[in-house]
Amino acid sequence: MHGLINRSIQCFLRDTYGAPVWARIVREAGLGFDSFETMLTYDAALTDAVLQAAAHVLGKPRDYVLEDLGTYLVTHENTQAGRRLLRFGGVSFADFLHSLEDLPGRARLALPDIELPLLDLQDHSPRDFTLVCRSPLAGVGHVVVGLLRAMADDYGVLSVVEHQGSCPGGEIIAVTLAETAFAKGRRFALARDGQGHA
Amino acid sequence: MPDLMPKDRTFGLDAAALGALMPMHLLLAPDGRIEAHGATVGRILGGAGLTGHSFFDLFSLRRPSGLTNMSALRARAGQRLHLSPLDRPTAVLRGLAVPVGDGRRLLLNLSFGIGLIEAVQDHALTDADFAPTDLAMELLYVVEAKSAVMQELKDLNLRLQGAKTVAEEQALTDTLTGLRNRRALAAELERALQLRQDFGLMHLDLDHFKTVNDTYGHAIGDRLLREVAKVLRSETRAGDTVARTGGDEFVILLPDLGGPADLLQIAQRINSRLSLPLDCGGQSCRVTVSIGLTVSSAYARPSAEELLNDADHALYVAKREGRGCTRVHPGVSLLR
Repeated sequence: MHGLINRSIQCFLRDTYGAPVWARIVREAGLGFDSFETMLTYDAALTDAVLQAAAHVLGKPRDYVLEDLGTYLVTHENTQAGRRLLRFGGVSFADFLHSLEDLPGRARLALPDIELPLLDLQDHSPRDFTLVCRSPLAGVGHVVVGLLRAMADDYGVLSVVEHQGSCPGGEIIAVTLAETAFAKGRRFALARDGQGHA
Repeated sequence: MPDLMPKDRTFGLDAAALGALMPMHLLLAPDGRIEAHGATVGRILGGAGLTGHSFFDLFSLRRPSGLTNMSALRARAGQRLHLSPLDRPTAVLRGLAVPVGDGRRLLLNLSFGIGLIEAVQDHALTDADFAPTDLAMELLYVVEAKSAVMQELKDLNLRLQGAKTVAEEQALTDTLTGLRNRRALAAELERALQLRQDFGLMHLDLDHFKTVNDTYGHAIGDRLLREVAKVLRSETRAGDTVARTGGDEFVILLPDLGGPADLLQIAQRINSRLSLPLDCGGQSCRVTVSIGLTVSSAYARPSAEELLNDADHALYVAKREGRGCTRVHPGVSLLR
């Protein structure tokens, strides 16, 4: 599993629950080191060990941990680079949903060896979507659920996002958008703050 | 390729359709005035007032050079153009002009090229300013993703640098000879003192090592130090600590010895081994070594500092009394 994914999990657990909890998870998972490096590749079993240890130490089902990870990836101040990259997907949340299929390809532009979950979007109507996610990481759909709920908030869109179990093609997520905008989304400019020329 | 489109076939594109396909287009009248334009090119030129102005008053064509009127521009229809807004000469746009209608008017489409990132910042452009078919978003995405990755790499390098410094600080080995270093010796000495072990301490210094370095160069000098290290290791036991503590200085800590006489015997063995020629990278070198020694049992309350000082002082006496010999700290009785 790519170091970026492992390190994201580590940062989520450390930023959310604190360094001592992360240290306990490391011990329980038997990592043998205290920190993942972004640019290294790790055995997939280590990722599973960390998630299992996190679920045990936090006393939460693994699916909940994964969903919180998805929320963290969009909302935490330490992950704003990632949120911005997601916002490049489109002007509206619907546009963004349509751009999800491009996500693994876009990620590979920067990190050729990264394998993000494969996402397959079906639009049943302009407001009803089904997303099928495939990844070696079991439960990845829950990460995507957390991420989509947070992104809908980011766009200021009322939506219902639900994990609907698995099919042979992967994990199924249903997304339904409300007809009207419910809130003003967060600001997003293509240029990063503090970079404008005088 | 066969021309599938009849020559007289024209498209009835209205301004909105043209603007949606090409938000950076300019429609130029036969006299060079701007008849219509896309919204994005209007934004970067500072407003909606472009219509009616002469194209050549707003832009300078950098390449091909000499294009200052419509007939010259028409002659370059279909070719790649490099141009800049006159009020922003550092921004280089790419362009392509094609004739429309009767051929006297030109449709000119522009793109930011590699200046896209600055343009997005300078004009606060959003994705709505680009056609959905434009790859601008992908380029911005790559730039941003690359910056994030570079930041990660920088952080990683900082962490590695920190880890390297810590590792060096904690290192116990002399990298040149593979012997223990001064820090390792200090730790071993402290341990032996705490365990109230009897041990001998030998301070060695090569004689005339500087001459070897000056005569044969540092590479041979380094080889000699490694050869000496080999001899010291082979003449001591596994439980002894052999450390290189300076350029050509070595300290050996020897626990559980019978007495000072045994120590003296080892010192003499070392000196006779070193008096044989050593092969230093094809160069045969001979060295002698001066040795000062002391033993912990000679002290009521031995301390690392005192023992090291006394061994050092005995070494100094050995140097003074002719080199190539061993001297024992005066407080040590050789009789048992």
